Amino acid sequence: MDLLNLVFYLFAIITVVSAIIVVTHRNIMYAAFALLFTLFGVAGLYAMLNADFIAVAQIMIYIGGILVLLIFGVMLTSNITGVDLKTGSMSKLQRWIMTVISLLIAIGLAIMYSTTDWVRKDIPEVNSTVDTIGNLLLTDYLIAFEVASVLLLIAIIGAALIARHKTR
Amino acid sequence: MNIGLEHYLIVGAILFSLGLFAVVTRKNAILVLMGLELILNSANINFIAFAKYGGMNIEGHVAAIFVIILAAAEAAVALAIVLNIYRNFKHVNVDEVAKLKD
Repeated sequence: MDLLNLVFYLFAIITVVSAIIVVTHRNIMYAAFALLFTLFGVAGLYAMLNADFIAVAQIMIYIGGILVLLIFGVMLTSNITGVDLKTGSMSKLQRWIMTVISLLIAIGLAIMYSTTDWVRKDIPEVNSTVDTIGNLLLTDYLIAFEVASVLLLIAIIGAALIARHKTR
Repeated sequence: MNIGLEHYLIVGAILFSLGLFAVVTRKNAILVLMGLELILNSANINFIAFAKYGGMNIEGHVAAIFVIILAAAEAAVALAIVLNIYRNFKHVNVDEVAKLKD
């Protein structure tokens, strides 16, 4: 057993187990903290796929930004006194139907992936992907890059406008 | 057996189905958003796995960056909407929020 394989299984198990906790735990705070481990495991998988920049971006944006935002949301939308911190779910029958459907999707996708004859290319050695990504972003993907920056600006303004108190 | 493309794709498939499960069965809007993040992450895993095993094609990484940007923008706007829902309804259960206006 190769060490690299062990590391892959470690990250995959961290990701999947904490994702299961995210979707099943009744307490929202525990689900949010389990999401932290899921995102961290996914960042580890990116690092194993030679995607150093994406792994760091995942940690900085998802864990440092989106997860903190979600935890803020949990804090701001649950009553201190009420039982709102415990989240409800659908009826038992609906839950079981959805469990079967998502299991079928996962198993079907897994069978499809493992039986498909993928085109195999040999993987060249790369030291760092950062300068290639930078070159691509400022040449081939320049318009998409600028549109994304405008989108982020609009999202910031829109979020601030929607979330602020109406003073009248 | 060495780790190949299929292993990463299967992890992505499991994450996708878990995220779909959360989006459909959870009542709390924040938990629906968490399921959405899981789905976006599974898409990103697929992008980057194909980028590596397609001969280290960096364009997959660029697509993943745009997915991360969209996830950040979506989380900010969705959280703002959820806060407004909480202010009006005093709860964030998505299946009870069926009115746009009183």
